[in-house]
Amino acid sequence: MRLLTHNMLSCNIKGVSNGFPLRLEAEKWVEKEVELNADFLRGIFPKIEWKALAGAARALGYNELPDEADASMLDADDFLRRFHHALLELHVEEGALVCPETGRRFPINKGIPNMLLHEDEV
Amino acid sequence: MKLKQVEGLLGTLQQFSNPKVELEQYPTGPHIASRLLYMAESTFGDISGKVVADFGCGCGTLGIASALLGAEHVISIDIDSQALEIASENAADLELDIDFICCDIKNLGWRGQLVNTVVMNPPFGTRKKGSDMGFLTIALKVASEAVYSLHKTTTRDHVKRTALRDCNAKSAEVLCELKFDVPQLYKFHKKKEVDIAVDLWRFVP
Ligand SMILES: C[S@@+](CC[C@H](N)C(=O)[O-])C[C@H]1O[C@@H](n2cnc3c(N)ncnc32)[C@H](O)[C@@H]1O
Repeated sequence: MRLLTHNMLSCNIKGVSNGFPLRLEAEKWVEKEVELNADFLRGIFPKIEWKALAGAARALGYNELPDEADASMLDADDFLRRFHHALLELHVEEGALVCPETGRRFPINKGIPNMLLHEDEV
Repeated sequence: MKLKQVEGLLGTLQQFSNPKVELEQYPTGPHIASRLLYMAESTFGDISGKVVADFGCGCGTLGIASALLGAEHVISIDIDSQALEIASENAADLELDIDFICCDIKNLGWRGQLVNTVVMNPPFGTRKKGSDMGFLTIALKVASEAVYSLHKTTTRDHVKRTALRDCNAKSAEVLCELKFDVPQLYKFHKKKEVDIAVDLWRFVP
């Protein structure tokens, strides 16, 4: 699971009103290089919840994202590269996603988060 | 990548080893899957550079075809962890980066409108009535630009009504009619292969 996916997942347990962002607990992660697509990054930037991205990147030991960001920063190549790296090049392999409201843990094994709910959570 | 190449690579994918009847697990064949995604890309520009989600991905075919045709990010979701394991091996064999999630489509929490296109071959609802309409309703909420889906031709009017009236889709169009041979995976299928008429739809949310 990469952080772009993390940025769009929220906890959907019955009764939870604020299930985003899921806290990322990472035990193992890997980096894989992919080509940078500047148009894609500029297009998606306004839809990204920046604090959630920066927090998740930090959980993976990547501290190069500023705490806050605005669209004017997209003109700088250096910023684009960091944004790209955090969003698309870090893969969580083992760990968990934790609901911010209930503390319910959704395990991540072999890169795949298990978001199945128990019967009493639906 | 050329259509023939996509079809060829899809033909190498491993498929369900123990298909589960209640989940309606059978693959979209390489011929139909490659054409579906190729049309989505070449006619409508809905794949390359986009965020694509594959609902009920099974062993990964449609998401993998999207990645081969240049999707920037693919998220493939299935309720069955065994199918996902095969899907993830299939993606790794082709050196494609695809994010997989194990979840019931009905219960997944989505934030924002990050997904551009949803592609799916949902369970037709032969086991659980209405399950394809459930998939469609959610896909039309999650996608911002387009939804591609397969539904039985016999349900055409119902699909159209659900999309336009219940889900406020801007458009619902049958792109082509297909013969889908569902292999005799299950005991209750008497013939070796059952040919069903299926519509390929494109919806605009
Ligand atoms: C007809 S198969 C299609 C498989 C694959 N997309 C393909 O085209 O080859 C339907 C898939 O939906 C999955 N499925 C059924 N119900 C589901 C649900 N509620 N949530 C998520 N996936 C589901 C099944 O496990 C199965 O893999």
